[in-house]
Amino acid sequence: MHFFVQELVNGLTQGSLYALIALGYSMVYGVLKLLNFAHGDLYMVGAFIGYFVIQWFGGSTALSVPVPLVLLVMFLLAGGGVGALGVAIERFAYRPLRDAPRIAPLITALGVSFLLENTMLLLFGASYRDYNTSAFIPFSTGIHVGPLDIDLARIMVIALSVILMISLTLIVSRTALGKQMRAVASDREAAEMLGINVDYTIAATFFLGSALAGIAGVMSGLVFNEIYNLMGFLAGLKAFTAAVVGGIGSIPGAMLGGMVIGLAESFVTGYISSTYTNLIVFGILIVMMLVRPQGLLGRVPLEKV
Amino acid sequence: MSTKGEEPPVTTDRPESAAVGVDEWVARSVDRREYAPGWRGDAQRLWGRVGWWPRLAVAALIGAAVPLLTVNDFQLQVGINALLLALLALGLNISVGWAGLLDLGYVAFYGFGAYSFALLSSNQIGGGVHLSAALSLPIVAVAAACLGLLVGLPSRRLIGDYLAIITLFFGEAFVEFTNNVAPSTLGGPNGIVAIDPIKVLGQQITTNKGYFYLLLILLVATVAALHLLDTSRTGRAWRAVRDDPLAAGLMTIPVNRVKLMAFSFGAVVAALAGTVFAAQQISVFPTDFDTPFLILIYAALILGGAGSIGGAVLGGLLLSVMLDGFLRSPTQSGYLFYGVILLTLIVKLRPWRRLAAVLVGTVAFGFAVHAIAKAISANAVAGGPQSGGWIANAVHDWVVVPANATRAGNIGFVLLLCLVIALVQVKGRWRTILLVPTLYLAACVWEGRLVAVPAITRQLLIGAILIVMMNARPQGLLGSKRVEVV
Repeated sequence: MHFFVQELVNGLTQGSLYALIALGYSMVYGVLKLLNFAHGDLYMVGAFIGYFVIQWFGGSTALSVPVPLVLLVMFLLAGGGVGALGVAIERFAYRPLRDAPRIAPLITALGVSFLLENTMLLLFGASYRDYNTSAFIPFSTGIHVGPLDIDLARIMVIALSVILMISLTLIVSRTALGKQMRAVASDREAAEMLGINVDYTIAATFFLGSALAGIAGVMSGLVFNEIYNLMGFLAGLKAFTAAVVGGIGSIPGAMLGGMVIGLAESFVTGYISSTYTNLIVFGILIVMMLVRPQGLLGRVPLEKV
Repeated sequence: MSTKGEEPPVTTDRPESAAVGVDEWVARSVDRREYAPGWRGDAQRLWGRVGWWPRLAVAALIGAAVPLLTVNDFQLQVGINALLLALLALGLNISVGWAGLLDLGYVAFYGFGAYSFALLSSNQIGGGVHLSAALSLPIVAVAAACLGLLVGLPSRRLIGDYLAIITLFFGEAFVEFTNNVAPSTLGGPNGIVAIDPIKVLGQQITTNKGYFYLLLILLVATVAALHLLDTSRTGRAWRAVRDDPLAAGLMTIPVNRVKLMAFSFGAVVAALAGTVFAAQQISVFPTDFDTPFLILIYAALILGGAGSIGGAVLGGLLLSVMLDGFLRSPTQSGYLFYGVILLTLIVKLRPWRRLAAVLVGTVAFGFAVHAIAKAISANAVAGGPQSGGWIANAVHDWVVVPANATRAGNIGFVLLLCLVIALVQVKGRWRTILLVPTLYLAACVWEGRLVAVPAITRQLLIGAILIVMMNARPQGLLGSKRVEVV
């Protein structure tokens, strides 16, 4: 039983990270119908920003300011910085291709992803970097019942993701910006005719989505400690799986899908073998695509002729 | 309400972008009819009259002469890599360029070919299977064709992005599979070693020269076969499906079957390339078939021009020779760097006065900055260029390379990216003015940092090629402009 709960919590932690990344994927796909392969790498950049904030304040073992402040700065800087990076990428690489054949932005996205990964490699090298979270969020502060260990970082990550998801849902459903985003997603030309600033809306979508990925990057650093320049690729792929499983373009779908993938991964690792984790996750995706391509919560798109 | 007299004057210039509603065939024949004036037009006409196979024969002869000119094994290895990449780009062109199916699992077919050949000609299965190449090559080809069909099956239901992602997962799954499943047979991360060489006509091929010629023959045969395929019913069907699947279906083209064929043909070409790769390297590892290599193949195809046979071959050869041949040595990579920049400027900057202004401006700007930096602190220019040869001497008093070149180079690189982004955004005179510091900074970063890390520079270059080509010239070097039928 304890083992089950432990794996459940691990799965939920991993799942919230995937869900946060998947949200960005899904939002961008919604407004642009573009698979932003670089999204996973934005997550990686976020993790690095968080790491450098820790270094800035004196390193994980000798922080010069209170821990909550460090966390706040980490999340704000990672969110803001990665969000700005996302906007820059959109403006520079994707906007000129908005009316190009569908294949062009996809290939560009591959290029952007490759460029980001290798820029980080050039700047910071290929070595793993360690957040060393337990030095400033002591392991003993979490819940410890018998063999069950749930550290504070995990609890915080799950809680923060829930808060972020709720606020995102509110932004999309209640605010003017959210309305504009939905309008652009359903028909860009019609939205433009109604006076919606499409460029601004798309940029805002990129900012929100990328910021979520950046925050997820910091979280992954806090929970899993190790970060490196290629961490974004696989995480991005799995988050995309999550978005597809939930139904791409659907926000609750992305959250649900993230949780499903996270839990599946955690239970497969726990009960079967970690060797086959990735293969099984890929298997889920392939079966899902073939059986129900619109995802769990997605709708079948009407084909316009 | 007569509109007479208000009609816009008929312009004889061709519009910059191809006209909407003009299909590819018309666009092509318009291109065909327009020749440059004077002797260039005559040459074009003469070239147009030469059939496809004499051209191929000439190209093959030039290729065959290459080993006679090379001096060492390294150059031959570069040639082999280039031919392999060209072959792979050709195969990718079938699904991506002709049928318009974004196949991101393509590299797995290459790996599949290499691994199946390795299994059939090594000690891995049972007591060791050592089939002769005459037997194993057809087996690998047929198996790859079947695998292509299997992977292509989702394309019956999924289009565009969904197909891209599912094939990407297939590619990832292949790497995971070879890494983790049945380590005793597939070797896990250690791969398969001690693979037999290919035997042709009773003659074992063991030298690089032999593999170069084998690949050249394979490439020429593939080009010929693909040319025939391109001009056949199937080739036209692929392009019809790419441009509009619905309309193609209405024209009684069996859309699904045509798509599956594209996957299969591509898979066979990739698998054949894989067998030669395995035999030549004598070993295969899962990392040989990972995503970075896929992106390299894509970059080659995009650079040359998707949809064009000549483009795919040219892209593969060019990219491979550029990255493997030149980037390795600091002196030669300098030729490559300054040469490509100069060529791009010459092609892109018109009129020549602007070109001259930018070049003179950059040189003057550089000397000014160098002098200022030196006057402020001798340490700021203490590094000196890291490339070699006469170029290093020429730019020694021009580029600023501080003592701590790594750190400064990193900052400069980020700054360079920002400048390039800014350069794309501004227009007109400001762009010309901004070009000067951008070029100069590029030279500084190159001399200070990038030259020293060719492996990373190579990857950065590939990513940049994809982005820049897609934005600036999506049809590639040789491809014809795709026309959107609205």
